Amino acid sequence: MADRTYEIGSHPDLPPPVSETGVIGWLKHNLFSTWYNSLGTIFILYLLYLALPPLVDWTLLSAVWGGNSNQECWAVTREGACWGFIDNRFSFLMYGFYDSDAYWRPNLVGIIFILAMIPVLFRSIPGGNVAAVFLIFVFPWITVSMLYGPVNMTTMGSSVGVTIYSLVLLAGLGLGWHGRKNLNLLLMGIGFGVAYFCAIALFLRWGFGLKVIGTDKFGGLMLTLILATVSIGVSMPLGIVLALGRQNQKMPIVRTLCIGFIELVRAVPLITVLFMAQFMLPLFLPEGVDFDNIVRALVGMSLFAAAYMAEVVRGGLQAIGKGQYEAADALGLNYFLKMRFIIMPQALKIVIPGIVSTFIGLFKDTTLVLIIGLFDFLQTGVSSLADTKWNGLEHEAYFFIGLVFFVLCFGMSRYSMYLEKKLDTGYKR
Amino acid sequence: MKYLKHLTAAAAVALLSTAAGAATLDDVKSKGVLDCGVTTGLAGFAAPDDSGKWQGFDVDFCRAVSAAVFGNPDKVKYTPTTGKTRFTALQSGEVDLLARNTTWTFSRDVDLGFEFVGVNYYDGQGFMVRKDLGVKSATELDGATVCIQTGTTTELNLADYFRANNMSFSPVVIETNAEARANYEKGACDVYTTDRSGLAATRVVLPDPGAHVVLPEIISKEPLGPLVRHGDNQWGDIARWTLNALVTAEELGVTQANVDSMKSSKNPEVRRLLGSEGSLGEMLGLSKDWGYHVIKSVGNYSEIYERHIGANTPLGLARGVNALWTSGGILYSPPFR
Amino acid sequence: MAVEVESSPRTHWWNDERIRAILVQVLVVGLFAGFIWFIVDNTAINMEKRGLKAGFGFMDDIAGFQPTSPGFNITNFDVNISTHSEVFFLGLVNTLMIAAVGIVLATIVGFVFGVMRLSDNILIKFVAAVYVEGTRNIPLLLQILAWYLGVILAVFPAVRKSWDWGEVIFFNNRYIAFPSPIPQSGFWIFMASVAIAIVAVVFLRRWAHQRQDATGQQFPVFWASVAILIGLPTVVWFITGQPLAWDVPELKGFNYRGGGQLPASFLGMLFALTFYTGAFIAENVRAGIQSVSHGQTEAAYAVGLRPGTTTRLIIIPQALRVIVPPVTSQYLNLTKNSSLAIAIGYPDLVNIFTGISLNQTGNAVEIILMTMLVYLTISLLISAYMNWYNKRVALVER
Repeated sequence: MADRTYEIGSHPDLPPPVSETGVIGWLKHNLFSTWYNSLGTIFILYLLYLALPPLVDWTLLSAVWGGNSNQECWAVTREGACWGFIDNRFSFLMYGFYDSDAYWRPNLVGIIFILAMIPVLFRSIPGGNVAAVFLIFVFPWITVSMLYGPVNMTTMGSSVGVTIYSLVLLAGLGLGWHGRKNLNLLLMGIGFGVAYFCAIALFLRWGFGLKVIGTDKFGGLMLTLILATVSIGVSMPLGIVLALGRQNQKMPIVRTLCIGFIELVRAVPLITVLFMAQFMLPLFLPEGVDFDNIVRALVGMSLFAAAYMAEVVRGGLQAIGKGQYEAADALGLNYFLKMRFIIMPQALKIVIPGIVSTFIGLFKDTTLVLIIGLFDFLQTGVSSLADTKWNGLEHEAYFFIGLVFFVLCFGMSRYSMYLEKKLDTGYKR
Repeated sequence: MKYLKHLTAAAAVALLSTAAGAATLDDVKSKGVLDCGVTTGLAGFAAPDDSGKWQGFDVDFCRAVSAAVFGNPDKVKYTPTTGKTRFTALQSGEVDLLARNTTWTFSRDVDLGFEFVGVNYYDGQGFMVRKDLGVKSATELDGATVCIQTGTTTELNLADYFRANNMSFSPVVIETNAEARANYEKGACDVYTTDRSGLAATRVVLPDPGAHVVLPEIISKEPLGPLVRHGDNQWGDIARWTLNALVTAEELGVTQANVDSMKSSKNPEVRRLLGSEGSLGEMLGLSKDWGYHVIKSVGNYSEIYERHIGANTPLGLARGVNALWTSGGILYSPPFR
Repeated sequence: MAVEVESSPRTHWWNDERIRAILVQVLVVGLFAGFIWFIVDNTAINMEKRGLKAGFGFMDDIAGFQPTSPGFNITNFDVNISTHSEVFFLGLVNTLMIAAVGIVLATIVGFVFGVMRLSDNILIKFVAAVYVEGTRNIPLLLQILAWYLGVILAVFPAVRKSWDWGEVIFFNNRYIAFPSPIPQSGFWIFMASVAIAIVAVVFLRRWAHQRQDATGQQFPVFWASVAILIGLPTVVWFITGQPLAWDVPELKGFNYRGGGQLPASFLGMLFALTFYTGAFIAENVRAGIQSVSHGQTEAAYAVGLRPGTTTRLIIIPQALRVIVPPVTSQYLNLTKNSSLAIAIGYPDLVNIFTGISLNQTGNAVEIILMTMLVYLTISLLISAYMNWYNKRVALVER
């Protein structure tokens, strides 16, 4: 065989050498391609050998499932995790002090939120625009009513107040319709704006007729989610306004103020902003006016997020070609129409990944509120450890909390990458 | 500008806020809840249980005041405060009452604009060490590493004590009691210092409480008590006399169990306390039988004490100076007359 | 022929963009001024009501508490005489110190893992990806607590069972105790020799570069530099009779005394900050390296550069242009994040000044503003540097 000769060009195709295909080839190419790669592979395998078996053993194999106190777990073994801790404290970790017979309220809000988000997140599912309008204009008030209950407003204490609000609501609607018929944007805006405001007030006053559950009862993962979503929601419009202000060349003073705010807030750590909200906000407000703890934290976090959001939006504005601005000007659009119909739709689309990553950052940063005494997800875990029954289970608490954060944040970052890939195609020629 | 202020005030009130007017009682009544500041978690004094309900010695005082005002101990909104945030919370009107083992000091009472309504626990700062260190007295602690919980008078007392005894120490300054305990437990410090009640509360949650000892020295006086904002005497009186009612009830032998039958007692002071006679309640702006509601809902001082921090609880604190004056302590309530 | 141009009556003055801009700005300034006035007025009233005294007089009061341990006391804080302004200074120094060390380590970790993520070896790539995604998606505060309470306090031994390196460096769950140098007479000669060596190396490089430009001959700059940097000081060291004594820590009573100490809280912060920021830097490094097209490498090979030189002279300078700006903002983030030290008791600015001093004095407005000013200054310095760097490396376009 070996000394057979072939005509030029007639040698039959031979299979590739064993070392290049199959398992061996794969190993060679991916793990042992050079001597330092081989060394790295062996080193990492050794590290994994050191780390993985104990981890699996601790979390799963030796773990005690159930168990109603640390002593019960430790009586079985001290080598494994005591998951009875998470089990017993689960509702506390999720809802904090929230009334246990009302857990359906945050659950329902969560389900509505997820259902409404699906068409917004995945454009292939229809109904995105309706869902977005619902999320922006209706959902926040449903959330307030569901989680808190009817809001007690001084101006709405009596039936007289309610009547006045209802009348104003009707008047606003009438004005709005009138404006719409005459194509008068100003009248329309004022009319529907007033009507919307009154409708919200009346709705909050009614609040599904549920029992009031005070904000002091909010806690756990629920509070973490509320803090993150509300502050990102509030920071969006604020951030857009700040970004537009910063980009506005014609108004130097407005521009300076915006730059000043953005740079100042971005320069300082969130914790000082929270301290400020905690210690200085009460001083800033007139005697007798004060928000509660959670609202104060929300104010601080929203302002903080707005500065970051402004920079994200600015990135989007700068990515829009000058031609778009000029084309809009050429059409004779004024500033608001130009921004509303030409620039913002393009810019916001580009910045969605940036918004998601800002959200992830903020979501992780909500843990800082434990320093000002709020019972967020992390603090419910930490304070559970203060219980005689559960002390000494730090690893379980941190593992569980870390895992939940990881799953949520990792999911969001994957989504952002998926979006980036999808949006990218539109801008490639 | 005045107008603007009213406007903001109105807007803020409309938007989920709490207004702190001059008359706290009216405020509390119109809100329908008592805003009470507690710790973020200290075993025995205030800590959330598995179902997320606040429990503890300080918590029961909040409940007592709620019972006095509303006749119902559950109309309390608990605001957890850290050592740093507690005073701002009270000053700004976020809470109406702070029951958060806070030391009554001159500057807090006079300078910060608070009013302490009494003392519900006489405490003092002490030291806890491991038994195997062989330390018998705090004067042997030269060079030790000391865990301190920040935001308290503790760090000043500690520095003063070591300076006075010409000793040095390394501080490990920690934000919360739970972390301070974790540090101490793992040996990151030799000594844990805080109020002796806090030491007891911490000691019981250590894996082997018997291996730790609280040193005999008490380096400071720490009269712990509830406090309210200065300037609203009526509200201060309500809190003060609720506390006194708890003590007096113990003195007179009124308990949660026998309060119904005691209502028709022959003792005039019991009758005044429980509202069967006289009009003490009206003078406070409360209902006639406010004292009855207080005792009915939370029991007398001794019952609260034994329930949360007494000898039969994990904390196991003996009454000591916190016993009634009639049994060798310094707990003494002015008469209900 | 003169044409009469009549100013168009169709545009009213309120439709003039410039006048509108001025009006809007006047309005905004008015509102802003009103807002500031509103806040200042309220603050003044509230502070008076609460008996708070405005002003910085409190800075000269004796602090009365001990913020840091004697072994980790860079500014010589003395509890008997030191004031709140010294607390401020100590906190600032500690903040800068953890930030500086953290930045150096995070850069190393970030570069290593950034390169690992581009490895051909899928195992290495996978481990790097797990590290990056894992740390980026878990709150830093949780990581700090986990490193400190879950690792350092749990893994390192108690003080009496300290691990040691040659009986001079001791590791336990309170601190790392290490010997501190005590300069003897003649130490300045040694220091001078180090300085001379550095200056010599700088000149040597310049000379070698010029010679290469002029004649094309290369000079082994690297090895020569190493020889000078190590050789000269070593010779001087022995000539001057080893002018440095060491204060070696010794277990006395409860703790090690003598020498210096790095507290466990410092290590906890350092680990957490390094690995958290390192993950972000790794992503920046990866993006930077990927941004240099393969054509650059091929072009470099085509003109005859060797792989090492290609990486050093072609790839890295171009990648750095992309890497440096985001990494600089990561440095800023790290500095800001060091304020979380409050969770485990590292005596940084926010912990001891914004925390304890505020609590003791009640001067919230002054203290919080001062703290913010510090971070603002640091941030401005870093952005000034970034602008300078961007200008320096900016592409010169046609």
